[in-house]
Amino acid sequence: MIPWFAWIATIFAIVGLYIGFAIAPTDFQQGEAYRIIFVHVPAAWMSMVIYIVMAGWAGLGLVLNARLSAMMAQALAPTGAIFTLIALVTGSLWGKPMWGAWWVWDARLTSELILLFLYLGFIALQSSIDDPRRADRAGALLALVGVVNVPIIYFSVKWWNTLHQGSSINMGAAPKMAATMLLGMLLMALAFWMYTVAVALMRVRCIMLERERTSDWVKELSLNELSVGGKA
Amino acid sequence: MQWASWSAFFNMGGYAFYVWFSFGFTALCMIWEVISLRKRNAQALRLSKLLAQG
Repeated sequence: MIPWFAWIATIFAIVGLYIGFAIAPTDFQQGEAYRIIFVHVPAAWMSMVIYIVMAGWAGLGLVLNARLSAMMAQALAPTGAIFTLIALVTGSLWGKPMWGAWWVWDARLTSELILLFLYLGFIALQSSIDDPRRADRAGALLALVGVVNVPIIYFSVKWWNTLHQGSSINMGAAPKMAATMLLGMLLMALAFWMYTVAVALMRVRCIMLERERTSDWVKELSLNELSVGGKA
Repeated sequence: MQWASWSAFFNMGGYAFYVWFSFGFTALCMIWEVISLRKRNAQALRLSKLLAQG
């Protein structure tokens, strides 16, 4: 299943990049610098979506005492942290030419930075507790408390007067951008989404292999996979 | 097509550094993540094989 998601992500990314670079027109205000949007916005979306999904799995694991749910949450956290970092770095690279500053303490930027710390805190907390089941519960609590930050990020451009521009796409209103720009951005968002599914499945597999090291199925799998030329 | 030439494309209207750094950083992050997960998977399998063989 992992190769499928990887291939779909690759195809969406190729088409999205082609539309984003070859077809989408130059922005009349920002020139070519706006093309950063094709990685910045999808990464920022994924940073929020992954957090909500991660908190959902963590909460489910807590309520049902389900190990697999907790492992899914654990598998999503590093990818969420990476997308948050990408959103912050590309945002900084966009802010410098447009605002004249790499960083400003604006509500949108600050709340996204807090999101990065929430991800890192979740990862650090889980890895600092030796007993995996206790680590899952502690991590789940942190993930659930931190979820309040997501609507703050999303609505920050409305609630406060921010330097960060308002959203270009709103539910229930026509998008304020050219159709080809929008299409390129949506394709890149889908590519990132499929990528996330692929890497989260890869990581949850690793976590299962590591946690269930002594179980029979992992032993059998390792003997079989490594005996056929060690390709894994 | 938006570009008169390849050099115009690479120049990105004078914003080459910002645009290519953004896309390059994103690509590097993703490639790094996939490579490190492959290593981790192989490592986990190796360790459990050792355990299985006793």
